[in-house]
Amino acid sequence: MTVTSVPSTGAAKGARPAARRAGRRQGWWLPYALLAPAVLLELVIHVLPMLTGIWMSFLRLTKFFIKNWAAAPSAGLRNYRLALDFNAAVGHALLQSFLITCAYAVIVVGVSWVFGMAAAVVLQRSFRGRPWFRTLFLVPYALPVYAGVITWNFMLQRDTGVINHLLADNLGLLSDRPFWLIGSNAFVSLLVVAIWRMWPFAFLMLMAGLQSVPQDVYEASAVDGAHAFRQWRSITLPMLRPVNVVLVLVMFLWVFNDFNTPYVLFGTSQPPAGDLVSFHIYNASFLTWNFGLGSAMSVLLLLFLLLVTGIYLVVVNRRSRRA
Amino acid sequence: MKTRTLTAAVAVTALLLGATAALACGSSSSKGKSSGSVTLTYWASNQGTSLDNDKQVLTPVLDAFTKETGVAVKMEVIGWSDLQTRIQTAVTSGQGPDVVNIGNTWAVSLQATDAFLPFGDAEMKAIGGADKFVKPALETGGKKGSPPTSVPLYGLAYGLYYNKAMFKAAGLKPPTTWEEMVVAAKALTDPAKKKYGFALAAGSYTENCHFAFINAAQNGADVFDAKGNPTFTQDGVVDGIVRYLDLMQTDKVVNPADAQYDNGALAVTDFANGKVAMILNQNNADATIVANGMSKDAYGVVAYPAPKNAKTDVASHVAGINLSIFANTKHKDEALQFVEYMTSPAVQEQLGKPFASLPVLNDAKAMFTDNPQEAATFINIYNTRAKPLPLVPAEDQFETTVGQAMNAMFAKIATGGTVTRNDVKAAMQTAQDQVTASTG
Repeated sequence: MTVTSVPSTGAAKGARPAARRAGRRQGWWLPYALLAPAVLLELVIHVLPMLTGIWMSFLRLTKFFIKNWAAAPSAGLRNYRLALDFNAAVGHALLQSFLITCAYAVIVVGVSWVFGMAAAVVLQRSFRGRPWFRTLFLVPYALPVYAGVITWNFMLQRDTGVINHLLADNLGLLSDRPFWLIGSNAFVSLLVVAIWRMWPFAFLMLMAGLQSVPQDVYEASAVDGAHAFRQWRSITLPMLRPVNVVLVLVMFLWVFNDFNTPYVLFGTSQPPAGDLVSFHIYNASFLTWNFGLGSAMSVLLLLFLLLVTGIYLVVVNRRSRRA
Repeated sequence: MKTRTLTAAVAVTALLLGATAALACGSSSSKGKSSGSVTLTYWASNQGTSLDNDKQVLTPVLDAFTKETGVAVKMEVIGWSDLQTRIQTAVTSGQGPDVVNIGNTWAVSLQATDAFLPFGDAEMKAIGGADKFVKPALETGGKKGSPPTSVPLYGLAYGLYYNKAMFKAAGLKPPTTWEEMVVAAKALTDPAKKKYGFALAAGSYTENCHFAFINAAQNGADVFDAKGNPTFTQDGVVDGIVRYLDLMQTDKVVNPADAQYDNGALAVTDFANGKVAMILNQNNADATIVANGMSKDAYGVVAYPAPKNAKTDVASHVAGINLSIFANTKHKDEALQFVEYMTSPAVQEQLGKPFASLPVLNDAKAMFTDNPQEAATFINIYNTRAKPLPLVPAEDQFETTVGQAMNAMFAKIATGGTVTRNDVKAAMQTAQDQVTASTG
């Protein structure tokens, strides 16, 4: 044992002067080595599948070829033409789904932000029971998605659900038990569930952001006679700007790509009113076994989101530079 | 400098190798266990009253196979809502089970993927010969003129189940025509008391598309032409769908709540609990009805009736479950041995009762019921009044597109909307365009 250890330390000592000769700062490689796993995994988990998806969108990848993708013939731009021909069945359905998703994203992000902001501001001052409220508000976010949404599914059932029991039987607000998971009400149900899941995130981020707003600014403004709303508008909002910029963007991207909520809430029989675009693409690929067309739709969605993100960042940055 | 770069590269590689080695260890250890003897993976479909029930029924059967042959079988029971996607993923990734149950209507679509072992002469011989199967059942196994990629396992057919006591109390006879059926259903419907003539799985796309097909067949219409192109918009198909939707829309003999029933078992439960007088179900409903506490002599079965002036009296499609072997199996011989075993007379007889299935073997006895009348009714439907769903590769897309469209139309009716004949025609045009777009 001692014999083997001696030459190894000798080798280590010999290596050191060589390093100094190289003239680089010692340990320069450490950041690269630490980043490498992340970069590599990012490549494997995100970039490669994305490139594969783009490649697939130019193939006629139907059930005849899914066993051996390499054999799938090129489709050229056919898949894109199909997806964008809004007068034909496939394109029309995609457009419909896209518009529903836009409305869904705007409403969910807007309402979640308002709820999150209100709760964060109220809980900024310390009072008895504050930790209790903070914990309570974070429950929807901490709950596993499936467990939370499937519970909503039970509650929204027409004949056995607790919501109809409350609205129709207990409160007598409705004479007829409405359907919540089929027909046009499905959109409302989807909104409620999505906001329930999303607003604690807004709350959490804004609460964290508020910690960095110094208390003495509020005190100074109070001396100047500012009301609570004026304080919020002139101090809280501008101070939270960096948080808000990121928060709204991240929420929008998440909500726009939401798949879990409609999938768990509606199961296999998704109502047209709740046909969100990622769910739509899933159906277009898996129900019809046409993965080329599904990929083309995904690529279009990606382009749209890139465009929105780009415009958003340009507008926001320009405004902040002006300010 | 070079040494440093090298060190860094080595460090990174070492890290990665470490990670992959750990992964490899993880997978090799699980394989190691079965290296002594062959283990087949088998995906079973849901045939009994629940996934657990299937497991209980099949476990002793599979244990007996292991005892007989030394081949272990790892089974997973998969619900109908997931089975198709699971099979699809298995085909795409090449990582599937060795043997799988499929809905026999998917047979040709799955055959088109080339991922399943064709039962050629040698394979057929290994499982006991093509002659042992009932001919129409075996014909569902694949495209005409090519060796099938699946063989029948359980036979099923639709029947109209009716509650004898309710019919007697209302002075009604079991219906023999569509018109009689609607009259009876209306007489037995009383929404105030939450009683309805019918329960339908109106939110299940698989059930809905079957009845689109059966009603169209009664009108003499096919959903695909000879070339395999969809013909959903022709009058016979549209009228057939309208007739079926009207049970809820104009006849009002179906509880609108059924629009949320996404599987047949929910309708069967309503029937067993006496909430409805009739259901349309395949013969495996027997197990669920009894499990829900309705006695066997409390219900009767007749064929799903066609209208008086119908072109044919088709009452069902040739329904059932087939067995397929994945072509990339490493244990082809054992898989064939397993298929031979599952389709042997002894096992068929053993499973016929708990799964309430019709015999798929020639000269086999119907085990699914003790009631000779019911057995005769179903065997008559299966042998003489059942039409196979189109044996074309796009058949599965007929099921999803038309079935989903009918889900949406039932939902519209249930929520107070109206679905006109033109609406149906437009929906069928959309479905047809979707199928054409994705196959063409």
